Amino acid sequence: MATVEARGLRKTFRTTVALDGVDLRIEEGRILGLIGPNGAGKSTLLNCVLGLIPYQGELSVIGLDPWRARERLMRDVCFIGDVAVLPRWMRVSQALDYVAGVHPRFDRAKAESFLARTQIKRTSRVRELSKGMVTQLHLALVMAIDAKLLVLDEPTLGLDLLFRKQFYDSLLNDYFDRSRTIVVTTHQVEEIQQILTDMMFIDRGKIVLSCSMEDFETRYAELTVRPEALAQARALKPIHERQILGRTIFLFDGADRAQLGALGELRTPSIADLFVAVMGDQPRTQGAAA
Amino acid sequence: MSTVPDTDAGAFNRSTAQPAVPARTRPFYWSLRRELWEYRSIYIAPLVVAGIVLFGYAVRLAHLPHMVQAAESLPWWKQFLELALPFAIAMASILVTGVVVAVFYCLGALNNERRDRTILFWKSLPVSDLTAVLSKACVPLIILPVVVLAIALVTQLLMLAAGTAVLLARGTGAAPLWSHWPLGQASLLLGYLVVVGTLWYAPIYGWLLVVSAWARRMTFLWAVLVPIGLSVVEKIALDTSYVGGLIRYRLRGFLLEAFASPPHNVHAIQANGIDPLSLLTPGKFFSSPGLWVGLVVAAAFIAASVWLRRDREPI
Repeated sequence: MATVEARGLRKTFRTTVALDGVDLRIEEGRILGLIGPNGAGKSTLLNCVLGLIPYQGELSVIGLDPWRARERLMRDVCFIGDVAVLPRWMRVSQALDYVAGVHPRFDRAKAESFLARTQIKRTSRVRELSKGMVTQLHLALVMAIDAKLLVLDEPTLGLDLLFRKQFYDSLLNDYFDRSRTIVVTTHQVEEIQQILTDMMFIDRGKIVLSCSMEDFETRYAELTVRPEALAQARALKPIHERQILGRTIFLFDGADRAQLGALGELRTPSIADLFVAVMGDQPRTQGAAA
Repeated sequence: MSTVPDTDAGAFNRSTAQPAVPARTRPFYWSLRRELWEYRSIYIAPLVVAGIVLFGYAVRLAHLPHMVQAAESLPWWKQFLELALPFAIAMASILVTGVVVAVFYCLGALNNERRDRTILFWKSLPVSDLTAVLSKACVPLIILPVVVLAIALVTQLLMLAAGTAVLLARGTGAAPLWSHWPLGQASLLLGYLVVVGTLWYAPIYGWLLVVSAWARRMTFLWAVLVPIGLSVVEKIALDTSYVGGLIRYRLRGFLLEAFASPPHNVHAIQANGIDPLSLLTPGKFFSSPGLWVGLVVAAAFIAASVWLRRDREPI
């Protein structure tokens, strides 16, 4: 059984359609990057998965209906939203006490040992910690929970590069194993491309593209074309074309690599480039982000 | 509370070892602890008022022996005013503080967590909305009454002890003080007042919790303006005042139901005093429909708050 399975998932807020018939399946042991412009429905989708909002359609998370069984679900699902959600009045020791008191799968010693590696003092209140430290604290709490699914909604928003790198390193080295599943949304796609096993583009409440990273690497190719081969390359129907420093770069979907290799320099595109290729040309009110 | 044995359908094909027995958890207890961590005014506000009251009484102590001597020749009720009124005012201030704290606590309890988005954190933990809301409802209905009563009882003890010490040191007998503020009866009266007041106000606290869970901002205005608006509309449209009557009855009705009106012979009281306990009518109070209807309404409001907390999104 998949960790998360949705069929025809819909969510409307009054007149806006936030999710417009989403079908998805996230298998156990995957790290899925959910990527989309602002207002695409990422957070709505995650909120449905976490049982925070009601929805139409079918949704099962580790075999449970999140809206009906949120309390039960939260024993196996962890969530880190942006850094603002830890209560500012709370002391670090209180946070440990509280989570240990309510969560059956919380390993306090593990959280303490993770905190010992940081500058965070047990007596500090959350409001006294820097943004990076708050994230470290939240990560310490979450990593000490033996959960099946970890949902990260822009977990590193507003953090500097070092904290961001540390965050994902800790996540991979100390937390992730093949029996856990992680779903992450972020605008800093380039930074997590290496850790993802799957990626999904979402736009206007619909899944636009969904593939594993292995498929991504075989399917998509980026060609920096030699000037004289321009017309030849264009004939192969690239899905996107852009100019950088006078050179033309094509993005191909499922083209023959040997054929492309003869026309210029070939490499695997970044998710960000593919994102721009897939979504960038559509008119939108909010700025697209990658 | 919810240490249900792990019977989930999802605990299959896990490669890592699960802890054989999940750790015992006490979500309700820890939810209560969290309320006390977050809203420290629950005990700080009554303590501050008690401190102020004690300070005021300390100043009065300077001329207390003189007052006791002068009061000996006065009729009972004038002695009472001299000796017991400060106690009554002190106790009333502490109890009223408790109600004020309860009102503002309820208005914030379900609203603040949505405004600062910490509800996303609370909801990411296996604590049900029912547990969360019940723990919040416990604060005005159980925690605050107990805290306020304890602080009031200790305060009157301190006042009596200080008064007695000063009177004895000056060689004036302390008996008048104790006869006008009889410790046992006064404590009983305080306890009774706290219990009937809390039970009577339960639907008010419930209403405030609903507003707190429902409104986006300005919870106090919503909580006050809705009932006022209803009674004004009723008065203008139908020229009746059932709503206004209901509100007034709810605000002060427990005084009518829980206490007998003093006997008509005012002169007898003024001369000899009256046993305050003879004025308590617990039988009448606990059989009054107003109490039980109020408790049912309170339960309905709390249920509505649970539903709203589940349904509403962070602001």
